Amino acid sequence: MSAFKVPILKVGDVLIVSIQSDIDDRTVLELQQRVLEQIERTNARAVLIDISLLEMVDSFTGRMLSDIASMSSIMDAETVVVGMQPAVAITLVELGLELKGVSTALDVDEGLRILRDRMSKKQRGARAWNDRHASAGS
Amino acid sequence: MSSDNATNNNLANPRTTRMLTERENEILEAWIENRVNSSDFRETLISGEELRSDSQSFLRAFVTAIADSNVEEMRGKEFNAIRRLLLEISEARAAQAFSPSETAFYVFSLKESLMPFFRDEYRDDPNLLIDEVNKISKTLDKLGSFIFVSTIKNRERVIRQQQQDMLELSTPVVQIWDRIICLPLIGALDSRRTQLMMERLLERIVRTRAEVAILDITGVPTVDTQVANYLIKTVTAVRLLGSTCIITGVGPAIAQTIVHLGIDLAGIITRNQLSDGIRLAFEMTRQKVVPTSGADEDETGQEGGADERVQSAHS
Repeated sequence: MSAFKVPILKVGDVLIVSIQSDIDDRTVLELQQRVLEQIERTNARAVLIDISLLEMVDSFTGRMLSDIASMSSIMDAETVVVGMQPAVAITLVELGLELKGVSTALDVDEGLRILRDRMSKKQRGARAWNDRHASAGS
Repeated sequence: MSSDNATNNNLANPRTTRMLTERENEILEAWIENRVNSSDFRETLISGEELRSDSQSFLRAFVTAIADSNVEEMRGKEFNAIRRLLLEISEARAAQAFSPSETAFYVFSLKESLMPFFRDEYRDDPNLLIDEVNKISKTLDKLGSFIFVSTIKNRERVIRQQQQDMLELSTPVVQIWDRIICLPLIGALDSRRTQLMMERLLERIVRTRAEVAILDITGVPTVDTQVANYLIKTVTAVRLLGSTCIITGVGPAIAQTIVHLGIDLAGIITRNQLSDGIRLAFEMTRQKVVPTSGADEDETGQEGGADERVQSAHS
């Protein structure tokens, strides 16, 4: 059993998950569970997964990344995966895992910028919806 | 001396050895004369001195090898020496643009020149003459085919080397602007090349933090399902890194092929011209190219003067 735990940090509205080394299946499942719990507990609006230190990836880990993204999205949190290594990208493509629906960015900075853009767009969208309904109601 | 002496079929008769050693110089002269006068000798490719020195060392090694080695099987360290020599000769000949068969005939021609000497030596014993000539002839045949094969092998090595060089040359990744890189593809794409190209491009994206990678396929002659598959894979891998890929240089022919083959390029940004791709890349990286205020600097004169300035508008 792995003694290793992936740290999840909350910065503002964003949960930052930094995967520090190659992880096994058990850790992956546990991570998925903890991320979702944290979203519920802290009301985070976005998840940023930094995998720049991940050098090897298998189909399970690949699936996990897209699973976390779609689960978070159901819980109304945007997900972005940042810092993927070229070798990892090639492996995923060869495995046929295109991580459709997962946003990606080159580094944490860029990832945070994308998340901020998304969140503000969403807010604007909500406001516009409210406005439309307010005017329709009057 | 009788033919019974030659029961050990694998060794040349001592008489042969003695004769070859004694008359080596005569044989060399006869051989060279034969070469120079033959119709396939090409003076433009090889000088007389070179032919002489090659022939001399080959004949010397040949005589030594015949003297005390297993002729039939070409075993023994003497034959290793002659093989090495032949490798050198074949390499030199290949560099001089001799064809493999010409190089092989060079070795075979020694046979012809040797015959008169054997005739003189074994005038008294025709049976032994035939035995010995057969042995020598077999050995020379083997050496000839050896030089033929090694010439071809040398060529193959050169071809492989050139292929490797071409592979290296053919995947340059160019930085066009801040956060924009371009990979112009030229020539047919195969799996090895695409693999290398993908690795280079991805590494470069990570190193330069490029937000946009332009894949220009103007120089790719045809796109079949396989090539399209490679392109899709590359685009996906680029996206996984967090960058965006634009494919440019998609001309009418390629567009038609892609649709006819039923290849789905949905979700992949394609542009006709490289310049369109660059324009889009500037937009995506929130940059803008504007002409300088040409009113007071009239030197450029022409419309859309060459001197344009890029403004970076970071948010």
